[in-house]
Amino acid sequence: MSGTPALVLDNVRAWYGESLVLQGVDFQVLPGEAVTLLGRNGAGRTTTLRAILGLTGRRQGSIRVFGEETLGQPTYRIARHGIGYCPEERGIFASLSCEENLKLPPLFDNGSPGLSLDEIYQLFPNLAERRHSPGKALSGGEQQMLALARILRTGAKLLLLDEISEGLAPVIVDTLGEAIRALRSRGYTILLVEQNFHFAAALCDRLLFMEHGRIIETLTPVQLEDQADRVSRLLSV
Amino acid sequence: MDLFGVPITALMAQLMIGLVNGCFYAVLSLGLAVIFGMLHVINFTHGAMFMLGALLSWAGLHYFNINYWVMLVMAPLIVGAFGILLERLFLRRVYHLDYLYGLLLTLGLTLIIEGAVRSAYGVSGRPYGPPPIAGVTNLGFLMLPNYRLWVIVASLLVCGATWFMIERTRLGAYLRAATENASLVEAFGVNVPMMVSLTFGFGVALAAFAGVLAAPVMQVSALTGQTLIVIVFAVVVIGGMGSILGTVVTGIGLGLVEALTKVYYPEASSMVMFLVMVLVLMVRPNGLFGGGE
Ligand SMILES: Nc1ncnc2c1ncn2[C@@H]1O[C@H](COP(=O)(O)OP(=O)(O)OP(=O)(O)O)[C@@H](O)[C@H]1O
Ligand SMILES: [Mg+2]
Repeated sequence: MSGTPALVLDNVRAWYGESLVLQGVDFQVLPGEAVTLLGRNGAGRTTTLRAILGLTGRRQGSIRVFGEETLGQPTYRIARHGIGYCPEERGIFASLSCEENLKLPPLFDNGSPGLSLDEIYQLFPNLAERRHSPGKALSGGEQQMLALARILRTGAKLLLLDEISEGLAPVIVDTLGEAIRALRSRGYTILLVEQNFHFAAALCDRLLFMEHGRIIETLTPVQLEDQADRVSRLLSV
Repeated sequence: MDLFGVPITALMAQLMIGLVNGCFYAVLSLGLAVIFGMLHVINFTHGAMFMLGALLSWAGLHYFNINYWVMLVMAPLIVGAFGILLERLFLRRVYHLDYLYGLLLTLGLTLIIEGAVRSAYGVSGRPYGPPPIAGVTNLGFLMLPNYRLWVIVASLLVCGATWFMIERTRLGAYLRAATENASLVEAFGVNVPMMVSLTFGFGVALAAFAGVLAAPVMQVSALTGQTLIVIVFAVVVIGGMGSILGTVVTGIGLGLVEALTKVYYPEASSMVMFLVMVLVLMVRPNGLFGGGE
């Protein structure tokens, strides 16, 4: 693939207060690619996503989003390069209704149209039924769908998705998997953080393994199958 | 006609005064609650901002002959801009720290503001002169000065407009969302730091607006804010941080309670609020309208 990478991390180090969590992270994601970050609990995957958006403490190195260096920028500016973020805790606003949550993120004026409300409701019919319910009344699965759905309207082209399959019933996980496939076919670039590597392997082009705040291994889904033993060792607690 | 030994006209007159005071409490505590929701700072300068609003309106009239209606718009704008300056220079540095730091910082700023005004103007109240709206309206049971009627109408309008902005507009949705999770709203591309500045500016502008309204009916001095801020804190604690409507209702309700106490047991009128506060907190620790946080 040619052109500028959608995302480049170059020797990224990030701190929470005094503790150094990311100890030099390097990787790239090309436009249209889907890449997964795997690792044990506490490996630094969530921190990687947060560091991209400037939500950690101090950061060093280089983070380029669609070719632009973002390290010195405030969070809202970084986001406006076209990033959609779905946080680990989902972050549904309890006091806003389902549809208010859906419409909350402002549209980016970067010329790339997001999905329309109708298209989003086609992708997630459950949300259409619940559109007037307050955010705090939604089930875990509905909240997860909403957290993903609301970043699709904005014109974001690079999606950062943190453990979207975690703790959900298989049928919901399937719906989310279908949605990811649909988004890929529309050209979205996706960086997934996952615990569930079966879910991830079926959706992405490459899997990166993190440990102690570094990438220690890169595999393709095919390699992952061949090396199942090693992989479970890399991920076992 | 008597009610528990008090002539009904006297009672009504007191209640009317209570309603006017309650309107001041409502506008002030609304600003305080909006600021707290967004910045998580207990803004001690609120009383001083009220005083500055009143002082500006007085100074505008006496030094530059600028009339009340102009100052009703100008003073909140000036105080709001001053608030934004304070937020950018000082408050911004304490958000990530404990509540206590915000409280101490704003207390310090209050002492500086009040000290400066005191050394320039002394502590005695400055009479504003005749209120900008003359005349009285005969309500049958009571002769109500038209200016007080205006205070009630203006306060309710401002509270209503604030409610509309927060509950019914897009900016308000950002504000409500940022109250829950500011960094996520910023991660969606919303300029949250600017929203925070504007919220603080807006909150203190509300205080200044109340100050301009109060100037012709209260003798405002450098220290007026001090007594008021304690009452307004009580209103916010009693009402809870949950809702705008709750804050407004509580403010007006407490004004009335205070007035009734003045009629039936004047000795207790300055402490009745705190009695109510203790009772409410015993039954509902999050306040009357507070959510369960
Ligand atoms: N806000 C924080 N302050 C201080 N340390 C933190 C903070 N958040 C995370 N950490 C630490 O940073 C390290 C990496 O955490 P991170 O959340 O990135 O892990 P993760 O790979 O997402 O794992 P998981 O989500 O499974 O727990 C952990 O050691 C964690 O304790
Ligand atoms: Mg995580």
